[in-house]
Amino acid sequence: MNNVVAKLNNAGLKINNTWLVKGVSFEVKKGEIVTLIGPNGSGKSTTAKIALGIYKNAEGHVDKYTNKIGYVPQKISIDWTLPVRVIDFMNLTEQLKEKDLDDALNLTGVKNLKYRNIKSLSGGEFQRVLIARAIAKKPEFLVLDEPVQGVDFKGEIALYELIRLISENLKCGILLISHDLHVVMSATDYVVCLNGHICCSGTPKTVANNHNYKELFGDRASNTLSIYEHKHDHTHSADGTIKTKKI
Amino acid sequence: MLDDFFIRALIAGLGVAIVTGPLGCFTIWRRLSFFGDTLAHSALLGVTLALSFEMNISFAVFLISAVVAIFLINLQRVTNLPGDALLGLLAHSTLALGLVTISFLSFIRFDIMGLLFGDILSVNNLDILIIWLGGAIILITLKIIWKPLFASTVNYDLAQAEGMNPDRVNIIFTLLMAAIIAISIKMVGLLLITGMLIMPAAMARNLSDNPLMMVFIATVGGALSVLLGLFASLEFNSPSGPSIIVAALSLFLLSLINLKRIKIKGKVV
Repeated sequence: MNNVVAKLNNAGLKINNTWLVKGVSFEVKKGEIVTLIGPNGSGKSTTAKIALGIYKNAEGHVDKYTNKIGYVPQKISIDWTLPVRVIDFMNLTEQLKEKDLDDALNLTGVKNLKYRNIKSLSGGEFQRVLIARAIAKKPEFLVLDEPVQGVDFKGEIALYELIRLISENLKCGILLISHDLHVVMSATDYVVCLNGHICCSGTPKTVANNHNYKELFGDRASNTLSIYEHKHDHTHSADGTIKTKKI
Repeated sequence: MLDDFFIRALIAGLGVAIVTGPLGCFTIWRRLSFFGDTLAHSALLGVTLALSFEMNISFAVFLISAVVAIFLINLQRVTNLPGDALLGLLAHSTLALGLVTISFLSFIRFDIMGLLFGDILSVNNLDILIIWLGGAIILITLKIIWKPLFASTVNYDLAQAEGMNPDRVNIIFTLLMAAIIAISIKMVGLLLITGMLIMPAAMARNLSDNPLMMVFIATVGGALSVLLGLFASLEFNSPSGPSIIVAALSLFLLSLINLKRIKIKGKVV
């Protein structure tokens, strides 16, 4: 049984004789979250785009084993000349069932914006619509390039929780790019640390202990794992008293 | 009663308006106004080709426009020049080539004014057939590629990532642009055809908040411009092509008033 949704083998991209990223190999399996981390310009978005087949002149082998793909790009600008409402945008690449569309908007908390013009949304609101659009079509391969940028702190946690739920419920393979090392280390299955090439990869635990990772992110970064390894069943209120979470 | 030639002009004009509505919206969304102009300029070369080899004018114009469009797409790939410079380069070179070729065809009497500004009142039954048949093919093709075309208009990367093949639909859409110019050149002329594409769509943009609504209003607005323009040209004895465009301009100006009201309303609420 093959449950791999995307596979990169020694993939890379060269533009004007400069390698943007080189020799990248990893695979994304169903129900698994693979995260790309690395400093600015390390080729994270480029790698995601290679995996999606956006670059046609990419080197190496790139295989996608599904056509049901959802993508949340890092940067997206929509021309003001386009009269597009949220509902039109949701149906952009696939005509959704009304229920799936509403459910997805509900999950990301923007159901009330359904008939609003895209241009009138705030950055965080639009980000939630982008995520809703990508998950509404129930993809088998979901690529999220810094999906929570511009979202408020409380929303950020909820959206990461949502992403984890999606990977469990839809059993889809997720390729995530995130700057949030805490989340990466606590909620993902496989971490690929990029710096123009793969500098280290593996489970969060092995990556956190890798000296390349420590060099790239500093000693404090490797401590994030120990802090976040335990499961939270409680929260602290401002005065330090413990509140047990209702599940 | 209305004369036969006027009825034919109405049927032809409405046929063109129905097709320019949706195509005009994409022309605006994809910022292709100058691209339309370039194709229209190259139509002159197409006409001389038709006269030289005794071909159908619409067919020859389509052929040349399509070649120019494909040439442009390839030029964009191999040079570092900006798009508008390439468009200007192609527009003026095809126009000049056309004019030079015409001068060699001195044995043919040639109505250059009719070509530049259109001569809708001389439309014959074959022209009507070409407009409605060609128009139907254009609209059906547009309907088929609508989803990927619109998706890649909104965002290329999203469309490509989610398997919509934007490069292919881009080429198909370019051919549709060449086709609409070919079938409507006789009606509005090569200097005004882009106006027929973008003016009803621009008017529609002021009045709509979603893509389908804009397409619908652009189509209705285009048809209304044809009706108003043709009746005005009959009444005041003005040239038909420019009259249609002036009618479209009037509708656009009216839509501005409405836009203002919407904006004021938005501020009050």
